[in-house]
Amino acid sequence: MSDNLVLEAKSVSKFFGTITALQNVDLHLNKGEVLGVVGDNGAGKSTLMKVLSGLYKPSEGSLFFDKEKVTLNSPRDSQNLGLEMVYQDLALAGNLPIGDNIFLGREPTRKVGPFNFLDHKKRKQLTEEHLAKLKINVKSADQKVEELSGGQRQAVAIARATAFNAKIVLMDEPTAALAVKEVGKVLDLILNLKKLGVSVIVISHRMDDIFTVCDRVMALFQGTNFAESELKNTSRDEVIGWIMGKKD
Amino acid sequence: MDKNQESLFVRLIPFFERYGILLLILIMIAVLHLLQPDVFLSWRNVTNIFKQVSWQSMLALGVFMVIVTAGIDLSVGSIIMLSLMGLAIASKAGMPWYVVMLVAPAIGFLCGMFNGIGITLLRMPHPFIMTLGTLYIFRGIGNLISGGVPITGFAEQIRVIGNGKIKLDVIFGEGAREYIPTSLILMIVIFFIFWIFLNHTRIGKWIYAIGGNPGAARAAGINVDRILIVVYTLCGFLAGVGGLILAGRTNSAYPNAGLQSELDAIAAVIIGGASFFGGRGTVLGVFAGVMIMGILRNGLNLMNVSVFWQQVLIGSIIILAVYIDVLRRQLATRT
Repeated sequence: MSDNLVLEAKSVSKFFGTITALQNVDLHLNKGEVLGVVGDNGAGKSTLMKVLSGLYKPSEGSLFFDKEKVTLNSPRDSQNLGLEMVYQDLALAGNLPIGDNIFLGREPTRKVGPFNFLDHKKRKQLTEEHLAKLKINVKSADQKVEELSGGQRQAVAIARATAFNAKIVLMDEPTAALAVKEVGKVLDLILNLKKLGVSVIVISHRMDDIFTVCDRVMALFQGTNFAESELKNTSRDEVIGWIMGKKD
Repeated sequence: MDKNQESLFVRLIPFFERYGILLLILIMIAVLHLLQPDVFLSWRNVTNIFKQVSWQSMLALGVFMVIVTAGIDLSVGSIIMLSLMGLAIASKAGMPWYVVMLVAPAIGFLCGMFNGIGITLLRMPHPFIMTLGTLYIFRGIGNLISGGVPITGFAEQIRVIGNGKIKLDVIFGEGAREYIPTSLILMIVIFFIFWIFLNHTRIGKWIYAIGGNPGAARAAGINVDRILIVVYTLCGFLAGVGGLILAGRTNSAYPNAGLQSELDAIAAVIIGGASFFGGRGTVLGVFAGVMIMGILRNGLNLMNVSVFWQQVLIGSIIILAVYIDVLRRQLATRT
């Protein structure tokens, strides 16, 4: 296996009472790689993502960041290790401007005497720089998120995830809620992240997404590893077969 | 509408969104001045309006923060009464004035914290229920500790806060009757502090974020429950400060103090442009909402309009203000 390993999960299992959501699942991710994770509803994709982000503790198995074994107690821990999750429901506050959303909970401040005040100028400047780096086009960093299109919102959510030099970004169905013409922009953004050296895991139902951005694809079936392949060695029909639990 | 006209119209929307309410106040002042040229803008009447709204504005400011989080606080009218009674009892017990002065805000603080803890830790399905409960509880306690009778007569230092006058001899000459009410200065200072708090601190930003999308706030690592407790505690504290101002103004604590004033506070917040669904509204808007209510009541009183008609009018204005907001948002989403 390559030396560029940034994230690895080894025989991870997750039980909820008597239900087995994941059973001995392995996953690895290299630097600057885009990994597609596919599977039917209930195959365990979202549970696996939640384990990787620290929202769930695995019942069995272990996680390695940069080849070092870690225990995650909350999403804060994985964030500190450079892993960010882009949520399916986007987790943005529509009433706040783009910049406020990107820096929510991590606002730049400046000290005046004993008090910490928001540094509006710095936030605006950092926001504009970051949006420019990711080539995200919006009218203004001060635009409210509720005024944006679905694709722009997805872009802001991704910008939020990567604002603090994330090394790994997890995306749960990043194009599911988008108009057709906006899907391309989000996929471009993912390729852009890859160019910047960020590793990405994409959960998607859409074969177009998988075959546009991914380097490798792995399929889960009923909570277990079912199949995995470099993208160039497989086909859409084969991957669709994996989702339904069929292998030649 | 052709395209140019429409774009001009659309460009004017943010202007009206920000300053429309101040324009409304100016129109009200102009109309009332024309109707009552000798009285309405007299120094005596204007200071009277400010003295009246100063304690109500404390309730409105607190309730505003709660409404920004998409919550509601129905108990502020009872908090003002309980803190007033506590102050009166401390005063009757012969405590020094500086202790008496702290009693009302301290009681308000504790009442608010009780609301906040109940809403978050007891997992009440909606703040409406918790604060409806404490609306009865706090007023009941107020009557229990006072025996349900008014208590009058406070130290001069207490009276100054609600009734004090800062003479303007320097400007108007020796012995002039013009003055600025102490409570107006206090109100402006407190509104300024809370404007800074809501617009220039992280917690202020998080309060708006919680109102916009509590899930997003949680995902951003914000301790939503803790912020909510802070908000309800501050709301109670401000109601306590309102109680202190009211004590000074009336020189008495009475069982019906603040009765239904929680509804006036909510009305002022809504008229001031805050969204009942959270995340939207400004401190300046609250100030304007409070002033509109105060000016309207005062003007109608000057013209001898019956209290019943005043009720009808204020109710209509609430509905109208929200309807204008609905129309405005429709226009905004169309573009």
